[in-house]
Order: sequence, then structure tokens, then C-alpha cells
Amino acid sequence: MTVLAQDKVLPAKAEAKSASAKQPLFSRALPAWAQALPLALVFLVFFIVPLALTVMVSFWDYTEYSLVPAFTLRSYVEMFDGCYDKLPDLCVTLKTYLSTLKFCVSVWLISLGVGFFIAYFLAFHVRTTTMQVALFLVCTVPFWTSNVIRTISWIPLLGRNGLLNTTLVKAGIINTPIEWLIFSDFSVIVALVHLYTLFMIVPIFNSMMRIDRALIEAARDSGASGWQTIWNVVIPLSKPGIVIGSIFVITIVMGDFVTVGVMGGQQIASVGKVINTQMGALQFPPAAANSVILLVAVLAIIAALTKLVDIRKEL
Amino acid sequence: MEKRSAGFYWLAALFAAFVLFLYGPMITIVVLSFQGPQGGLTFPMNGVSLHWFSRLWEGLGVVDIWAAFRRSLKLGSIVMVLTVVLSLLAGLAYRKRFFGSNLLFYVVVASLIVPSIVVSLGIGLEFRLFDDAIKTLTDTFGWSFLEGYTTAMGLYTSGLGAQLTWTLPFGLLICFAIFNRFDRRYEEAARDLGATPWQTFAHVVLPIIAPSIVGVGLFGFTLSWDEVARSSQAIGDVNTLPLELTGLTTTVTNPEIYALGTLTTGVSFIVIFTALGLMALLRKRAAKVVPG
Repeated sequence: MTVLAQDKVLPAKAEAKSASAKQPLFSRALPAWAQALPLALVFLVFFIVPLALTVMVSFWDYTEYSLVPAFTLRSYVEMFDGCYDKLPDLCVTLKTYLSTLKFCVSVWLISLGVGFFIAYFLAFHVRTTTMQVALFLVCTVPFWTSNVIRTISWIPLLGRNGLLNTTLVKAGIINTPIEWLIFSDFSVIVALVHLYTLFMIVPIFNSMMRIDRALIEAARDSGASGWQTIWNVVIPLSKPGIVIGSIFVITIVMGDFVTVGVMGGQQIASVGKVINTQMGALQFPPAAANSVILLVAVLAIIAALTKLVDIRKEL
Repeated sequence: MEKRSAGFYWLAALFAAFVLFLYGPMITIVVLSFQGPQGGLTFPMNGVSLHWFSRLWEGLGVVDIWAAFRRSLKLGSIVMVLTVVLSLLAGLAYRKRFFGSNLLFYVVVASLIVPSIVVSLGIGLEFRLFDDAIKTLTDTFGWSFLEGYTTAMGLYTSGLGAQLTWTLPFGLLICFAIFNRFDRRYEEAARDLGATPWQTFAHVVLPIIAPSIVGVGLFGFTLSWDEVARSSQAIGDVNTLPLELTGLTTTVTNPEIYALGTLTTGVSFIVIFTALGLMALLRKRAAKVVPG
């Protein structure tokens, strides 16, 4: 019997050996650090080093043609030139930041309001999973299409002779076309809300799907009205999603220059546009200084928001 | 079934309005791209024709739109493959412990939330400084082999890197979600049956996660295909399609631009539905192999 058993075991062993001999490369698992290394290298070369260089160059001097390695505050001084003396009038830089911040707050509030209720509808009112997935996909598909196209697609609707204006004139509601529908703060905000509300919906929906449905029932059984349940149960438990979505929307809008450019008719200032223009004019140190300030502003906002939630727990 | 509350109908109306808000403008563009030859940038439609598509087919004057189209397709495919491979590898790494894993995670998240224009500018600067350094070295040492050197900046160097800083965070976060939901018992079973790590990965793990990996690829391609902000300062001499398109928004004053919009949206839709179809197919197959 023992002999027989051995006979049976041996070929198996031999087979295992030959299998590992066939694939010497993969017979052992790669160590974890080696698996993460390619990704880490990409971020080192294309993210960490560029940011470090941006900070460095922001302190360099420059001429019309070239960069001059130095340590000077010239770019920063020029950026805030007159900001203090002219008070209470705002200098250009402060005005630009204020304008950007205005878009940021408007888009944030609108996308949060809309995004929250869309997510709430999907998570709590749609009853079958299939329907949930289908409706969720309907919301996400535009995200995978071009932002530029989605932006310019507002022009035939909001333009001076656009659909909205012609309809209103024909209906006799207004006599002359409304001018502020396009190339204005209004159109910029519409386009940004259109582009980025999805960034609110996804994380909030994700948080809501984790809420134990028994809690909602408990709230109702205890006599809470619909709004009380939303305010006291759903909102606190969706907070992580709300914070993540807010971070997304705020940072994107703070750095935006394409949408503000196209929908503002290239007439409205934003920090991103200033940086873009300076890069175009080969004024690298001022562009870098602007980037550093923008980055600091964005990080400050995020720091305030992340005080509210631990992002890592939410994945 | 419980009766629907009044709230449901209000929210359903909001949802419908939101969907209209999302798709309405896009539909307008598609409709207007079939504008008749005499038609303009806005309604009314002046007949229906393929006139603007044929104009587009012949190219848009100065801008070689088809070269940009091909470049974008190629770059998008490369970004897609790299996004899938690199984020899957890193996703596997995060199932174990490794030195610096927390730091790397924060860097990846930071890359997602640092404004794109800042990243783009940084990469542009990096390559310019690199070029300057090479030129200085060439001049100092008289390296003849580098004489014709102009720049390292280009579609497949700085441009590719810039796009990866945008697609990889999405890829990695999706991989986290995939592996958080992955049942490790399948792997343990494979190991107990004598599979090598590679066999376990190739024959057990990969088939199970394949549908979600297609999702990573979808993000990789579409994000690259539409990317503007990060590429803007880092692309070098030639432009990608969305960058050309951004430029055209200020110069083209006829429905050609809508035809181009319809075309790029069409490509996006083909990619999206191919990916979704593939995901459904792979899920179905997996459900057959692993009942329950």
C-alpha cells in the first residue's frame, strides 16, 4: 500500500516541479514594492518633481527671453503689487481670485444641492437594483464624453439668437433677446454645473448606499417626518460623500480655464486663465508663482474640508 | 409594495429635469451638425444634410484635424494600456504591506485634486529645464551626437505623463474598490491546490476581476481622449484632438465644429458601449463558471 501511495504522490511532485521550471519568471510572487514601483515612478517624474520645480522657478528671475536662476521674490511682489496701497479698491490679482472664488462657491452650492437630491432619489426611491444601475449609468455616460463639446453645446441654446431667446421672444415674454445668457457669469456657472455635478452624485450616492435601511425605518417609526429623516439621519451619514464630492468640485473649478474661457467669451478672468496666458507669453516665474498661490489656496480649502472626514476609510 | 410618497414624484421630476439638462445640449449639437449647407450655428434648421461632415472629412483648412484624430486615438490607447497595467499592479501591491504605501496613496490622491493647470505647468517647466540642461551640456562638452537636439517634450513623453497623472488615480481607486470586494477564499483554494502565484493570478484572480478591469480601461481611454487641462502646457508642438477643438471654438463659425463634436462624442459612445457590453459579457461568463 505504501508503495502504491508513493507512486501516486511522486508523479504529482514531479509535475509540480516541471510546472515551476517552465515558468521560472513567475514561480514566485513579485514583492509588493516592485508591483507599486512603476506607478510610483510615474508620479515621481510627472507630479512630485514638476511641483517641486514649480516652487523653485517661482523664485527665479526672468527676462523677456530666458529664465534666470536666482532667489528673488520678484514674481510674488509683482503679483500682489499695489494690493495693499490701493485698498479698499481691489488689485487685479485679488479681483481674479475673488471672481474665481465666486464661481467656485456658486457651482459648489448648486452642484451640492442638485447632486444630493439626485443621489437621494437613486439611493432611496428607486427600488430595484437594475433600475438603480440603469439610471446611474444614464447620469455617468456624459462624464465619458468631451468636456469641450459639452461646454460649447450650450452656445446654440443660450446664444443671442439661441433656442431660449428665440422661444421667449416668440412667446412674447420678452421683446429683445436677453444678453446675459451667454458669455457671462451665468453661462460659466451653467456650464460648470453641467460638467461637474456628477462628481457630487457619485460619492454621495456611494455613501448613501452604505446607510443601513433599518435606520431610516427607525427614524420613521419614531415619528420623524421626511425632512427630519433627511436632516438628522441621511445628511450626517452621507457626510463623507458630501466632503469628497465637494473637494472634487472645488478644486476643479478653482483651476478651470477652459470652461471660463469658452463660456466667458474669453472676457472673464480666472486664476487658471491667468496662468495659461502667462505660460503662453513664456513668463514662467510669474506663472509658477501664481500656481503656488493657487495650490496653497486649494490646499487650505481641502484641509478645512478633510477635518470633517477620513477619506481613506471611504474606499 | 408601499405606495409612492409625494416626495417621490418631486424627486422623479427633478431627476428627469437633470437628465434633460445633461443630455439636452448634447442632443442640440448632434441635431445641428446635420444642418443644411445654408444653415448657421443656431436653430432653425435650414434643411438636413451631411454637408458639414463632408466639409470636415476634407479637413479644416490650416488645422490637420485627422492627424490630430489619429494622434488622440493612439495616445488614448497607450494611456489605456498603461493605466490598466500600472494601476492593477499597484492595486495588487496594496493588498500586502510595503514601505511607503501610505505616502504613495496620499501622492496619488493629491494628483487627483491638485488643479490640472498647476500639474501641466510643472511638467512643461520640467521638460524645458531638462532641454536647457541638455543644451548647456552639449555646448560645454561639444557632444556632437546631441547636436540636432531640440526638445524632449512631446506627445509620448510629457504629454503621456501628464495624462497618466490624471488617469492613474482613477485607475488605482477603482482597483482598491475591486479588491475590497474580492473574496480571498478563491485565491486560497487555488494555492491549496498547488497553483503558483502567477497561475493563481492568471487563472483565478484575473477572470474574476476582468469586468471591472475593463472599467479601468474605459476610464483610461475616455479620460485621455477628452483631456485638455493637463495636456495644455505639456504636449509640445503637436496637439491632440480636444486641444485642437478648444482652439477651434474661437475661430470656426459654422456647423463644422458641431460635426466634429458629434464625431468625437460618437467615438466616446462607441468606446463606452463596447466597454459596458464587454463587462456584461464577462460577468455573464463568470456567472456560468462560478454558479452562485
